Amino acid sequence: MKFTPVAVPTPETPNSVTRMMGWVLLALLPGTAVAIVLLGWGVLINVLLAVVAGLCAEALMLRIRRRPLRPFLSDGSVIVLAWIFGLCLPNLGPWWLPVFGSVFAVVVAKQLYGGLGFNPFNPAMVGYVVLLISFPEPMTRWGPAIDQGGAALNFWQSLNWSIGGVLPSGVGFDGLSIATPLDRVREQFTAGSNIHDATLSLFAGHSLSQAWNLWLSLAFLGGGLLLLWRGVIRWHIPLAMLVGVALMAGFLWWLDPNRFASPLFHLVTGATVFGAFFVATDPVTSSTTPRGRLVFGFGVGVLTVLIRNFGSYPDGVAFAVLLMNLCVPLIDYYTQPAVFGHKTRARR
Amino acid sequence: MSEPCAIGQAAFRFHGGIHPPECKDATRDRPIRDLPLQAKYVLPLQMHIGEAARPVVQVGDTVRRGQLLAQAADFVSASVHAPTSGLIAAMDEHPLPHPGGLSARAITLVADGADTPVEPLEPWPDYSQRSPLELRHRLREAGIVGLGGAVFPTAAKLATDGKTAVHTLVLNGAECEPFITCDDRLMRELPEEILDGARIILHLMGASRCLIGIEDNKPEAQHSLNQAACGDDRFTVVSVPTRYPAGGEKQLLKVLTGVEVPRGKRATHFGLLCLNVATVAAVYRAVVQGEPMIDRIVTVTGGGIVQPENFRVRIGTLMGAVVAAAGGYTVGTDRLLMGGPMMGFALLDDAVPVVKASNCLLALRPQDRPAEPPPAPCIRCSLCADACPADLLPQQLYWHARAKAFERAVDHHLFDCIECGVCTAVCPSHIPLVDYFRFAKTEVWAAEREKSKAHQAKQRFEFRNERLARIKAEREAALAKKRSALADKTPNAGVAQFEPNPVPQASADAAVEAARARAKARRALLEAEREQHPTAPEQEPPA
Repeated sequence: MKFTPVAVPTPETPNSVTRMMGWVLLALLPGTAVAIVLLGWGVLINVLLAVVAGLCAEALMLRIRRRPLRPFLSDGSVIVLAWIFGLCLPNLGPWWLPVFGSVFAVVVAKQLYGGLGFNPFNPAMVGYVVLLISFPEPMTRWGPAIDQGGAALNFWQSLNWSIGGVLPSGVGFDGLSIATPLDRVREQFTAGSNIHDATLSLFAGHSLSQAWNLWLSLAFLGGGLLLLWRGVIRWHIPLAMLVGVALMAGFLWWLDPNRFASPLFHLVTGATVFGAFFVATDPVTSSTTPRGRLVFGFGVGVLTVLIRNFGSYPDGVAFAVLLMNLCVPLIDYYTQPAVFGHKTRARR
Repeated sequence: MSEPCAIGQAAFRFHGGIHPPECKDATRDRPIRDLPLQAKYVLPLQMHIGEAARPVVQVGDTVRRGQLLAQAADFVSASVHAPTSGLIAAMDEHPLPHPGGLSARAITLVADGADTPVEPLEPWPDYSQRSPLELRHRLREAGIVGLGGAVFPTAAKLATDGKTAVHTLVLNGAECEPFITCDDRLMRELPEEILDGARIILHLMGASRCLIGIEDNKPEAQHSLNQAACGDDRFTVVSVPTRYPAGGEKQLLKVLTGVEVPRGKRATHFGLLCLNVATVAAVYRAVVQGEPMIDRIVTVTGGGIVQPENFRVRIGTLMGAVVAAAGGYTVGTDRLLMGGPMMGFALLDDAVPVVKASNCLLALRPQDRPAEPPPAPCIRCSLCADACPADLLPQQLYWHARAKAFERAVDHHLFDCIECGVCTAVCPSHIPLVDYFRFAKTEVWAAEREKSKAHQAKQRFEFRNERLARIKAEREAALAKKRSALADKTPNAGVAQFEPNPVPQASADAAVEAARARAKARRALLEAEREQHPTAPEQEPPA
């Protein structure tokens, strides 16, 4: 009897890329929900626009590159990329920010390098940084959902503002937008004044407008723990990044507590937690060896604090991740684990 | 041991591994049955690692069961014996159980049905009176090879460098691959054969203790061997947690003794020796009963088999006949593997013989195996690295193998890969990682062969140049001698040779003619040489 020889059917692999991406999306939900509650519908609009634009760009590129559409569109990687990217954007920004950034991320940062698995740089961060450099003003349009006067935009009003730039009568843009805690600290730092008040307000302030960063960080921490529990990410990168942030910020704080914010402030503000669990852990662009992940995560943490304090942008996670992406081949090469039987030998 | 005859617990663990569905229920309680005598047997000359055996019979010869058909041709080689009595009908290329469906030289034996035995080798129930050399020679004569899958000639494995004494024999009864139960049945049914075989090895190696590693999903086998070994305090049965690939030699040694044997070193360097339980049972038969290796136990199983069984199968039996004895294929069977689902390989045809490595025939229908989605790109999730029992980085190896950057792959310890298939099994992108690594290894081997060939060619070329130079020098020396002899005869001896000799006018023309002829002959010789070796200088590889 004749048979067709094929690769050996190893036992069922219940895992798949799609399943792993599904877990990431699920883990993003609590943070996304909290962001919508605290920052308004603009967050959801950003995410949706980014996802739709990203999927369209991916489909177009796959068609041009003569690759099958279905397996790549359905693996969920574009949705995760665009979702993470969308969450980085200012909630009061215009519609073309998520659309342009997402298309740039998918087309240039991902597909031009060969698609999923081949991109050396985190595409979401590439998209974000391109926007930050090209359109600095719209990228600062942050604000709480409920302004000091109690005004809030509903979904349709948010959509109107995003697409058409029209606010409901009686609501002014200045009343909505607000400087982020990192912005405030940066202003104080530049002015050379004491930053104590700015950091204190983050914890002492009772209003959501002041504490939204804290709540967001907690929600993303929850999602990150879910990913750790499901084995989608490893502990190395998040822990090393948080330690890196804490140590670097702690060092500066110890040097001059009046000029530099406390480690705790740096841990809970901005994109620290989000970056530690969802951005720096991107398997494709981060280090792939256990010790390499520690180096990678620590580097991202240290660079984040340095860029926040001495760079020209308020937050540094995106730049830190991209800079460490550059170092990944080197890190991976020099942190190969000792193989079976060679463990007692001197480490490379 | 605190109490006598207690089953030990493994004290160490190896990195990674997985626990795939065991799928052993279909055959674990099926006793070993002898497969009925067949009409035809096909015996490949190479069923082992090493050199192919050299035939000692000819087509048309009649042979008896157990008679030597082909002699071990080298230190690492194994003899082949007749599985039954009959006629040597052919000695030519025959398809082998091989993933590529390769053919190789094999002896075809047509059975006469009488199954007449040849006079056996002298039985040595008093093996303790025999020297290690004699015993190793017996194992070589009997064609004993490792039955765990590697089919390495046992006599060669038992040869040590003489520096380190082997103190511990490890018997591998882990049988970690799903579906396979041949060792389980052997341990349950014939524990004495295994223990006696182990005693022979203990004597041969001068070892003082024997650890028997059995996965904890085989409590009956553990109990059976433990019962039989009770009273001989050299033996300890050790329960090993069921985790694939606990039955890998290096993994089992690690689990039982904590020793990691690196690549390039043998277990004997560490005073350890690991043999499969079926191998030592064959050792027992060869030494005590004088029987060569002419059969082995084969598990025939999977959803594609009507009545899964454990058979004692004579080597050379065609696989189709084994399947037929197990009730044949079920409807829809479209895949036949030799070996288990992790390390086995798919066959093109079942008209290939059972060889010494054939521990399992696994027949599957589409519904018996998972869907096989096309591979997706590697996302470097490193689940493979987490599961790799050799602590490799399969995701990096894959990257380099795919890019054909084989040097980088070797740098990432490609040759430490034991091809257990764990990485392929856990990959969320369903990439056949092991296939890439096998491919990369073959490519590296091929390149090395090329290199040594080029090196030989270079040596040959340099030798030829040297030879030509030597001949030229000799010729010139002879010429110079002749000239000086001539010059001595002429009156103005001592005048510079390059000046035309003052010869009589009549002979001058003749001399010119002669010189022309010589030049012509030299040109012709050069031409001829250039034609013979048109590219000789270009063949020289870069130093």
